[in-house]
Amino acid sequence: MSQRHENIRNFCIIAHIDHGKSTLADRILELTSAVELRDMEDQLLDNMDIERERGITIKARAVRLKYTALDGNDYIFNLIDTPGHVDFNYEVSRSLAACEGAILVVDASQGIEAQTLANTYLAIEHDLEVVPVVNKIDLPSANPEAVCKEIEEIIGIPAMDAPQISAKMGTNIRAVLEKVITDIPAPSGDDEAPLKALIFDSYYDSYKGVIIYVRVKEGCVKNGMKIKLMSTGAEFTVVETGFMGATDLINVGELHSGEVGYIAASIKSIGDTRVGDTVTDADNPCDEPLPGYKKVNPMVFSGIYPADGSKYGDLRDALEKLQLNDASLSFEPETSIALGFGFRCGFLGLLHMEIIQERLEREYNLDLITTAPSVIYRVTLTDGEVKYIDNPSNYPDPAKISLAEEPVVSANIIVPSDYVGNVMDLCQDRRGVFKDMKYLDASRVNLHYELPLNEIVYDFFDALKSRTKGYASFDYEMTGYAPSKLVKLDILLNGEIVDALSFIIHTDKAYARARKIAENLKEHIPRQLFEVPIQAAVGGKVIARETVKAMRKDVLAKCYGGDITRKKKLLEKQKEGKKRMRQLGSVEVPQEAFMAVLKLD
Amino acid sequence: MAAGLYIHVPFCKSKCPYCDFYSVKITNELVEGWVSAVLRNIKHYGEKYGKIKIDTIYFGGGTPSLVPEKMLNGILKKVDEVFCLENPEISLEANPCSVDLDRLKNLKHAGFNRISFGVQSLNENELKFLGRLHNYKEAVQAIENAALAGFKNISADIMLGVSGQTENSLRKTITDLIELPVSHISAYMLKIEKGTPFDSPQIRLCVPDDDKTAELYLFAVNALDDFGFYQYEISNFAKRDFECRHNLHYWKCEEYIGIGPGAHSFFDGKRFAAKPSLKEFIKMPFQSEEITDSSPGGFEEFSMLGIRLMQGLDLELCEKKYAINAEKIIKKCDMLEKNGLIKVCGKKISLTPRGCLLSNSIIATLFIGF
Repeated sequence: MSQRHENIRNFCIIAHIDHGKSTLADRILELTSAVELRDMEDQLLDNMDIERERGITIKARAVRLKYTALDGNDYIFNLIDTPGHVDFNYEVSRSLAACEGAILVVDASQGIEAQTLANTYLAIEHDLEVVPVVNKIDLPSANPEAVCKEIEEIIGIPAMDAPQISAKMGTNIRAVLEKVITDIPAPSGDDEAPLKALIFDSYYDSYKGVIIYVRVKEGCVKNGMKIKLMSTGAEFTVVETGFMGATDLINVGELHSGEVGYIAASIKSIGDTRVGDTVTDADNPCDEPLPGYKKVNPMVFSGIYPADGSKYGDLRDALEKLQLNDASLSFEPETSIALGFGFRCGFLGLLHMEIIQERLEREYNLDLITTAPSVIYRVTLTDGEVKYIDNPSNYPDPAKISLAEEPVVSANIIVPSDYVGNVMDLCQDRRGVFKDMKYLDASRVNLHYELPLNEIVYDFFDALKSRTKGYASFDYEMTGYAPSKLVKLDILLNGEIVDALSFIIHTDKAYARARKIAENLKEHIPRQLFEVPIQAAVGGKVIARETVKAMRKDVLAKCYGGDITRKKKLLEKQKEGKKRMRQLGSVEVPQEAFMAVLKLD
Repeated sequence: MAAGLYIHVPFCKSKCPYCDFYSVKITNELVEGWVSAVLRNIKHYGEKYGKIKIDTIYFGGGTPSLVPEKMLNGILKKVDEVFCLENPEISLEANPCSVDLDRLKNLKHAGFNRISFGVQSLNENELKFLGRLHNYKEAVQAIENAALAGFKNISADIMLGVSGQTENSLRKTITDLIELPVSHISAYMLKIEKGTPFDSPQIRLCVPDDDKTAELYLFAVNALDDFGFYQYEISNFAKRDFECRHNLHYWKCEEYIGIGPGAHSFFDGKRFAAKPSLKEFIKMPFQSEEITDSSPGGFEEFSMLGIRLMQGLDLELCEKKYAINAEKIIKKCDMLEKNGLIKVCGKKISLTPRGCLLSNSIIATLFIGF
């Protein structure tokens, strides 16, 4: 191994949400003189507003740091930040594949949580050296010794000499960095071999085109070189290559094996640069790509419509711009009788969906109506044809279905033992199948359930939190499809089906949901000039009914000389108000009503 | 076509807690100042526009009956001198306790031929709730005296949706009222105006809710019709030929001139309002007028006012007058007609009593935004 390799460490930080990953990253940045203190913004690696507010990392990011160790040698650290959420599991796995080791941050007062486990197992799967660190020792409730013991017992990695730190106070950070040098292996690789580099992230820059973040496994990449992206076969000429400084990209013209850096090659579309793909030399390609690449597929779908129909073009532009940086977001135009023109969008998961919706509203100033999230159902027709249904409107006639299947996930829920009963009730209610239960310690339990995905897309996490006073942590992964008794539930207003309110549901849940939705709608639809019946129906049979009573009085009793102009303005305002409503047949429905369907508790 | 003339009398003895019209406490000095300002302004109109044709004169308030007859007489004389009067209806609003037989005789003599009493209710509790200065007896007396003084056209206002009001108490007010020599009744649903003493949570809680008030209204429409007071506008009922001609100007989108602080006008192609300040009205050579609408009289206005009349809105006429498509409107009528809110007869649309109660929404649905 070369001296150059010997002084490089490629690592990431993994943690459960709020255990202090980003704060530790900030402290490391300070200690490694990568950033001047004046440039320091709290949580530098999370640079989207939403990331900072929610305390989560959505996209991976990386930075190259120089560290002068206690032995007097200079080291290059490549720190790769990873998203912590299950929705982005695949992206996490590709970030891990770019590293030799991971710092595992565990909160000294909380101990191990669901995401701690999920991420650690993922790291171990990728043969990473895991360096445990116990954070937040400054908290009064901190119990670092117990947490170390827990790490050893539950995860099975030695933790007795794990650095005990406070990232917030800056306590003991140097010990972490020294651990990185001693415990995490240096990279290896042959500079003379054909280029083989892993794409672990990419984003769109309006001047340079797509910037891809790579870990060079073998060979070198240089400016001017012709590269090939192996999964798509697309070829480009490298314009810039170099490493990521704390605040900007530094074009050094070449990257060698073992290094982490970026490539800019005038790539127009992020669709060409898939995370997990292998970059090679177009003129001297490697034999086979790096393992582990897969195309990520959306799991949750929802119709997104502009509240104001004339903003359809703006919504399309915004989605296109978001997709530039997020290849996992999919969308295609769809039309709803109720909502007009919009898009059916596909997301990796619920968090991903929420984030996209929030960004559309916040960054692009759009007022949206979104339909209930749906998963992809697999339906086998009587003629043997198999259909994947992501939009309830396209659900086939039940008479033509021979088998209906829904996606299921394997879920781990870690919860204080006092709440096990509550969680089991909840999982039962959500049609969960109990798999096993393990005590992590005397007071905490890991519950393992198989759950239908459509039972967790609405409000499962909220329900879980409220039934465990916020103590439960939750993680899941897709396992496949299971046969199910599904029906399409339609909502009718004044006798007409409102397509945007239809959804697919398990037979056993249909009655309760129908009743709840009818009640919610009744609350949100204002009284109109005539009585409006609200009905919920399955296959033409009405299973729930409510009525919005007719409005009785909306009149200006006195209208004389002085009232006329005022009255005219009032009526124009009233008409404006009507414009914000959706006209469904003869019924006017406010936007909130569509959202009300999503609120079940 | 002749215009209406409205004269705003901004004086009251005490202010009713639900009223948001402009008025101040009456003093001799203020009345004198007001009268000379009214005379000045009438003269001004004459100088500016020549002999304007006028066929209704309406003294509204405030409490016009508080102004001494002599002064009212002086104003009417000036009006006659400046404008061209065509068989005018001359109305005066009055409080039941502010006129006795002598005053009523003098008013009749001065030329007034219509008097409108703010009766509001003939139930003592309801009168107290409304903060009125008169009682049952005084109201009855005032109407009888007006008849004795020679008034044939006597109107009474009643209020619907008052705290404690029931169908029974309303029936009593109506049956008592029609025993008296009244020929016109205005029945208004109480509206709580912003900034008035009634604009409080306590009052809102104790008045009947919209559904209940709607019931009271429908009850009143039926009861009045039974007694020969046919409904000719959302809130107005009359024996045949006793409709208020002055108010019909408003609803037919015709011209009117308003004089006095806070008075509104629709004249010379504009809608405008005089500043609601008695001090300024007295001080300024002419009332300062602020334009509220510089292009009035369009279809929206014509229809929102016209539909208030039970005779209905003639869309054929509208098509000729304005560039509108009657068929497009008729199409939207279907659901409303099916639900008994309007009647459609050829190209004529009219409100049913239940439709009257929802007239704002119906107007917004049918006529606004074309």
